[in-house]
Amino acid sequence: MAATRFRPAKVASHAVLIVGSTLMVLPVYMAFVASTHDLSRSLTGLPLWPGPQIIDNYRLLLGEGMRSFGLPPIGPMLLNSLIVALAITFGKIAISLLSAFAITYFQFPFRVLAFWVIFATLMLPVEVRILPTYEVVASFGLLDSYTGLSLPLIASATATFLFRQVFMTVPDELTEAARIDGAGPLRFLWWVLIPMSRTNIAALFVITFVYGWNQYLWPLLMTKDTAYYTVIMGIQRLARASDFQPQWHLVMATVILALLPPVIVVAVMQKQFVKGLFETEK
Amino acid sequence: MRGKRVTFPGIAVPALLLAPQLAITIIFFVWPAFQSLRGALFQQDAFGLGENFVGLDNFTKLFGDPAYAASFGLTLVFAFATTALCMALALLFAALADGVVKGAAIYKSLLTWPYAVAPAIAGVLWWFLFNPTIGLFARGLNALGIEWNHYLNGGQALTLVIIASAWKQVSYSFLFFLAGLQTIPKSLLEAASLDGADGFTRFRKIVLPLLMPTTFFLAVTNLVYAFCDTFGVIHATTAGGPGTATTTLIYKIYQDGFEALDLGSSAAQSVVLMAVVGSLTLIQFRYIERNIHY
Repeated sequence: MAATRFRPAKVASHAVLIVGSTLMVLPVYMAFVASTHDLSRSLTGLPLWPGPQIIDNYRLLLGEGMRSFGLPPIGPMLLNSLIVALAITFGKIAISLLSAFAITYFQFPFRVLAFWVIFATLMLPVEVRILPTYEVVASFGLLDSYTGLSLPLIASATATFLFRQVFMTVPDELTEAARIDGAGPLRFLWWVLIPMSRTNIAALFVITFVYGWNQYLWPLLMTKDTAYYTVIMGIQRLARASDFQPQWHLVMATVILALLPPVIVVAVMQKQFVKGLFETEK
Repeated sequence: MRGKRVTFPGIAVPALLLAPQLAITIIFFVWPAFQSLRGALFQQDAFGLGENFVGLDNFTKLFGDPAYAASFGLTLVFAFATTALCMALALLFAALADGVVKGAAIYKSLLTWPYAVAPAIAGVLWWFLFNPTIGLFARGLNALGIEWNHYLNGGQALTLVIIASAWKQVSYSFLFFLAGLQTIPKSLLEAASLDGADGFTRFRKIVLPLLMPTTFFLAVTNLVYAFCDTFGVIHATTAGGPGTATTTLIYKIYQDGFEALDLGSSAAQSVVLMAVVGSLTLIQFRYIERNIHY
């Protein structure tokens, strides 16, 4: 097949893919453009290219922010998002490794029951049990706290099942050898299983970090104190701050800052990201 | 559920290992779900001071409420439109990206990265593009003679949240379709080609049937996404409006529970949505398991 031969089907393929790629990029590009002009340019007709206000806008946002509208500064919101996302990520990986190890490498009564309790989380996303979960967290005094923002989100059946599947592929000879050498279960987990699950842990890290960073409903319920706002939920407050038109240049600058961390993680760890995506759906 | 043939002895150790996950699951998942169920059977006053057992009254009232029926219908339209739009685009892009050599890596990256964008942010991005007075797309539509104002027009508001929700989710389906396409043996397609089947026929008769498991899996996943995860899209943009034009089930639970403080009704709605999402998840899980065993 001559690769250089002109073929209309190929041209059409590229045309559609270019349009598709543009559609995926355009909304964010326009947000970036809006964040580099002053507000009046957004209101009177935004050009299609970035403007000169980029430094001023981002400096204003990270400094004064929208304090004049009674809103919290952006820096702490970004930091809160980072703390919560990392707490969810490491917490989820840790407790899933432990529970997967328990249900795979031990025979004990209620093992199957434990499996089903963990499985139940699959069917109960936070969205369908909003009020009672809120009440439970409130009764523990965990509203407006990092614990309240992260702890309820770290239990996950998918992560447990993922590690269980990985462990099932580990040869029994290794376990026998460990037992003959007198290694206890925790030693075996730490020195054999966790090193062998390295790539799966990395894959789960990417997926869970994005999940944790992008939480919206949960922090919305958990926080009354603006000191605990995460940036994703904060954007809604920013966008609604003004009765007239939103402060588009600042809102869009926040949007850019809020989407950068998860996008960078996915871009830098692309291979692990794709692996994680497929593995957590099994 | 199978375990290992070679195991470690003991009960205390596995119990301790399971404790963190089980504790969190029971406290934050099972107990609240049980409370939802219980709350649905009681009528609470707004201050939480007292409650009376009302049996299935909350459900009877709910199913007799035209506002709830409207929200249910609206949610079905929203969920199926979002799923269909997102999967059609994803399949189209995946089929084309699988076929090209030049630029394939760039297309894949560009089509993949919106996975990392939060639903709420996706909402705000499209809300900006469709802003009636200053949005790029709204002005384009105005120039074409279509008056766009999702603040006043309910249908347009629904269209806006469907577009934003689908846009955010295209990359997910794209990656799964792409992976599915890559498992199809090229020899099969070449043989069909030799038999004189053109590109479209090959796609319809060979590729599409072989992609059915992926399609089914994605349809369920995307429906669950539309039922639950799109709360951020709606809350950050239309806030359920204008009127109730974008008040989906999940938004209504939030609104009735946290703003109107109609706790009994909100709990009953939670139970209904739980049943819907739970059965979708079960169907999917059974289906995947069957696939693995075959």
